[in-house]
Amino acid sequence: MRKTLNKIWNWVDDRTGITENVVPIMKHPVPPKATWAYVFGSAVLFCFILQVITGIALSLLYQPSSKDAYQSLIFITNTAKFGNVLRGIHYYGASAMIILVGIHMIRVYLTASYKFPREMNWISGVILLLCTIFMGFTGQLLRWDSNGVWSSVVAAEQLGRTPFIGKYLARFLLGGDTIGAQSLSRFYSYHVFMVPAMIFIFVGIHLYLVIRNGISEPPKAGRLIDPKTYRVWYKNMLKEKGVPFWPNAAWRDTLFSAIIIICIIGAAVIFGPPALSGKPDPAVLTTSPTPDWYMVPFFALFALMPHKIESVSMLLGPVLTVVILFSIPFISNRGERSPIKRPWAIYGVICVTVFVISLLVVGLKAPWSPHFNTKQLPLSAIKSTNPDSTIVQGVHLFYAKGCEYCHKINRYGGLDGPDLTTIGRRLSIQELKVRIVNGGKNMPAYGGILTKEEMNNIVAFLASQN
Amino acid sequence: MNEESEKEISRRKFFVRLSLGVAGLGAAAAAIPVVSALIAPLLEKKNQQWRTVGKLDDFQTGTTNFVTFINADPKPYAGVTAKSAAWLRRTDQKNFIAFAANCTHLGCPVRWEKEAHLFMCPCHGGVYYADGTVAGGPPPFPLTKYQVRVFNNEVQIKTAPVPITHIGSKSV
Repeated sequence: MRKTLNKIWNWVDDRTGITENVVPIMKHPVPPKATWAYVFGSAVLFCFILQVITGIALSLLYQPSSKDAYQSLIFITNTAKFGNVLRGIHYYGASAMIILVGIHMIRVYLTASYKFPREMNWISGVILLLCTIFMGFTGQLLRWDSNGVWSSVVAAEQLGRTPFIGKYLARFLLGGDTIGAQSLSRFYSYHVFMVPAMIFIFVGIHLYLVIRNGISEPPKAGRLIDPKTYRVWYKNMLKEKGVPFWPNAAWRDTLFSAIIIICIIGAAVIFGPPALSGKPDPAVLTTSPTPDWYMVPFFALFALMPHKIESVSMLLGPVLTVVILFSIPFISNRGERSPIKRPWAIYGVICVTVFVISLLVVGLKAPWSPHFNTKQLPLSAIKSTNPDSTIVQGVHLFYAKGCEYCHKINRYGGLDGPDLTTIGRRLSIQELKVRIVNGGKNMPAYGGILTKEEMNNIVAFLASQN
Repeated sequence: MNEESEKEISRRKFFVRLSLGVAGLGAAAAAIPVVSALIAPLLEKKNQQWRTVGKLDDFQTGTTNFVTFINADPKPYAGVTAKSAAWLRRTDQKNFIAFAANCTHLGCPVRWEKEAHLFMCPCHGGVYYADGTVAGGPPPFPLTKYQVRVFNNEVQIKTAPVPITHIGSKSV
């Protein structure tokens, strides 16, 4: 039996050349001490494979049509065996991929692994980063709930700000003048065929380049990159000290990736996939679109940046970011690689990371959004212990006229405007009236909206908050 | 180099060019329908339709009403996505204004707050007055308007693309 199997294997091996061609790649020498800092790239790859497999599984259950997709998502979530977990894995897998791509990129940047001769490794990596972000965005649309519909409108609006061709880009994205039958078919094609094909191609190129140029050795302060001598030096270093990729280095990649994948599946089982928002009906206007967390920093940026520069920065921001990312290996491709000798690199990474995380934190809170679901203040929550009818009316009007959507009193209300819990201490009746009549900054001028009596009631209530 | 081999080279050159040329032709021929599918939304004829959103008497003067209608060119497989909504305001006996529901900032759905007499956007806090002008927040322009007409005692709205704000754009 064993003999026969051996014979079969020998035949297959001879005709396919596995031992001859594949084994040397598995065992190619890599620099020693390339340890835990080097596991993130392969973890992204394993997450991607997980996404492909769970994505194919989801496609068995999903209906890629504007009309039916939402119903099929309800089916996947509530009825299909393990459908809920499957959706969860695909969602947390996407989240993990985005986080790990970020860490991998930061690691490569800090150790300057993009320098000679690995410039093309970096460039193919940037293309993969952009593909990953695009996959994250289109994946959110495929959920095709009210969030999916309105997120595509928001994306169309952003593209629409492009000078001259904006209108056409928006039309191209939506698949027509408005959201409709064509919209989801197109997002599906992008998410399932086009961009994955790009990712396969560029992962192939990225890995080929890793083999061709070798894994960058851990940097050492003072050991400079000189394009004239580096290749020979690297070859000799591998000859002297190199260790085989499999198993000496690869066991760490395997272990780390396996742990990540188990965590993803664990999160899917414990937390489940993101809940579906309402049906994909563009005529339901009482919906509050909220993007998935990895899009929140962009969304927050649009709320916070000065409105005057918005049109310009919506276009220039992404374009500049991409140009800078592509040009990094050309700005400096030689010299020092150690982060200790490149303090500005560390500084830059810290700035960008703090910036993005701050936007994420503030974006998840979204203080600029009106709190439509706030409840009218109960009389127990106001300062006045014995309110007369004007104050009671004022409390009601404060809610009915939308003041409470943006102003907080006690624990009730929104965060956009100042907290008015003790406004009676700070402003006189006259000052309150001036503010309400004229509005200002993000507040509407209520002069033309409130009757004199309504104004007096609201002011009476606010003045009593002292 | 003798004459024979020169002939040989020019023959080979010819065949290389021929094969690449024919392959290019094949690729181009296949690309035409493929690219057409890709840019289909740009090739489609633009279409606008008058859609009835209610009877004249359904709308009281001075009120702002939620109306829905079917887009210009709904495909049979569009389902609910064929629908659009607008805010219809009757200004006097004869005149209506129909506001697009899309915030001019990033297109999110604005809602009419009846008591407050304001349109409010859930995304970034854009606010508009009853006449569609900006009351606060990031929107760069007033709410976009649809064309409205009264026809046979019915109020009709003319369908339009999702309003796209771009540099220099103004409300209709």
